[in-house]
Amino acid sequence: MTKELLNKKDIDRVLSRIAHEIIEKNKGTENICLVGIQRGGVHLAKRLSAKIGAIEQAEMPVGSLDISLYRDDIGMRKEQPVVRRTDIPCDITDKKIILVDDVLFTGRSIRAAMDALMDFGRPAEIQLAVLIDRGHRELPIRADYVGKNIPTSMSENIEAQLEEEGLEDRIILQAKE
Amino acid sequence: MKDLVGIKELGRDDIERILDTAASFKDVLKRDIKKVPALRGKTVVNLFFEPSTRTKTSFELAEKRISTDVLNFSVPTSSVVKGESLLDTVRTIEAYGVDFIVIRHSSSGVPHFIARNVKASVINAGDGINEHPTQALLDAFSIVEKKGGLSGLKVAIVGDITHSRVAKSNVYLLSKFGAHIRLVGPPTLIPDMSGYDVEVFYNMEDGLKDVDVIMMLRIQMERQVKGFFPSTEEYSKNWGLDEQRLKLADKNAIVMHPGPMNRGIEISSDVADSAQSIILDQVTNGIAVRMAVMYLLGGAKGNA
Repeated sequence: MTKELLNKKDIDRVLSRIAHEIIEKNKGTENICLVGIQRGGVHLAKRLSAKIGAIEQAEMPVGSLDISLYRDDIGMRKEQPVVRRTDIPCDITDKKIILVDDVLFTGRSIRAAMDALMDFGRPAEIQLAVLIDRGHRELPIRADYVGKNIPTSMSENIEAQLEEEGLEDRIILQAKE
Repeated sequence: MKDLVGIKELGRDDIERILDTAASFKDVLKRDIKKVPALRGKTVVNLFFEPSTRTKTSFELAEKRISTDVLNFSVPTSSVVKGESLLDTVRTIEAYGVDFIVIRHSSSGVPHFIARNVKASVINAGDGINEHPTQALLDAFSIVEKKGGLSGLKVAIVGDITHSRVAKSNVYLLSKFGAHIRLVGPPTLIPDMSGYDVEVFYNMEDGLKDVDVIMMLRIQMERQVKGFFPSTEEYSKNWGLDEQRLKLADKNAIVMHPGPMNRGIEISSDVADSAQSIILDQVTNGIAVRMAVMYLLGGAKGNA
């Protein structure tokens, strides 16, 4: 069973709203750096950067962060997750970092991402933007910007399919086999 | 995959995964904080039955930068370790609760034997004249970094191939990726490698012509007991790489050496220090590649 939660248009509208919220909350774009979590988060961070840049006529730096080496379940899986590239384009010390991810679930990825970020410097603040919050947090973590709250059961899967991966933009909910 | 005992045992996709992962670890080594917590809580023992400074240092640094706890188990090099006592040594070490055993031994096949008998992941750091898989992986990584790939490259491996585990592992790896391999050296030091796509040259000038990569091997004084060549002077005259000979290779050829170098014997100082030499890149890349190997083996507990 597959259910579409957001289509291409929905995703675009949600990102536009988050872009405005980021500007509003931070009173502009000064000192901000967007950092996407590999892989979905990186694509979304780039889209947000383009939107914010267009609204504020400003260049928004975008970084990418791979969290594989900071996970808390290393050695518990059959295969190690693929380590993708991390590229933080600016000195993050004293910057406001906006972490971007596609789906917020247990919060463990965000914990790993914050640890990974801290190895690059001491940001003034870290904020979190996610496209979907599906609940079931296992750590005390909350997002500052949420595209859509979607209550799910543990037996369901949410998948963000994005154009950058060669798919049609959509967010789908599936029952796990 | 539980162990890395040899390149022979790896598939092309395994090697590609190691090299891709190593690229990410190389980025880590460029940061201010050159350490990641990936293998926190895991323990590694470096079990070297043969003297080694470089490989051991490189492994130890890689182990520390991926956050394992490191144990160095030094074995007196003079003592003869027989099959049974070797296994007892390893079982004792395993009882300490180690997750990785990095082993170097003067006898071929020892890492394979140990891997079959322990639950820990075994990494071969050189066994006799058989293989030195992490060296071949770091060599491949270094070549890809400079040349963009391996397929179709002309690679000359020069020197004592017979006694070189580095050469063997490199032949196994490069042939999996469609490189044209040339073995260059005196007839006494080139083994029969039929079955692999290699060309043999007993004349260095012919062997180096138009190659893209020159891998020089160290003359292993400790293994030269039977007089495979008359003298080091003679060897150097015939098989040493100097600027004149380097000119025979492609003008963008890279020069590699696994170290430690015998300057003035197999490689002249001006070549070793030239812009075409990537010998120091090999050293840096070795750390990244060894981190990648440990990371990928470290997740195999589920199917061990």
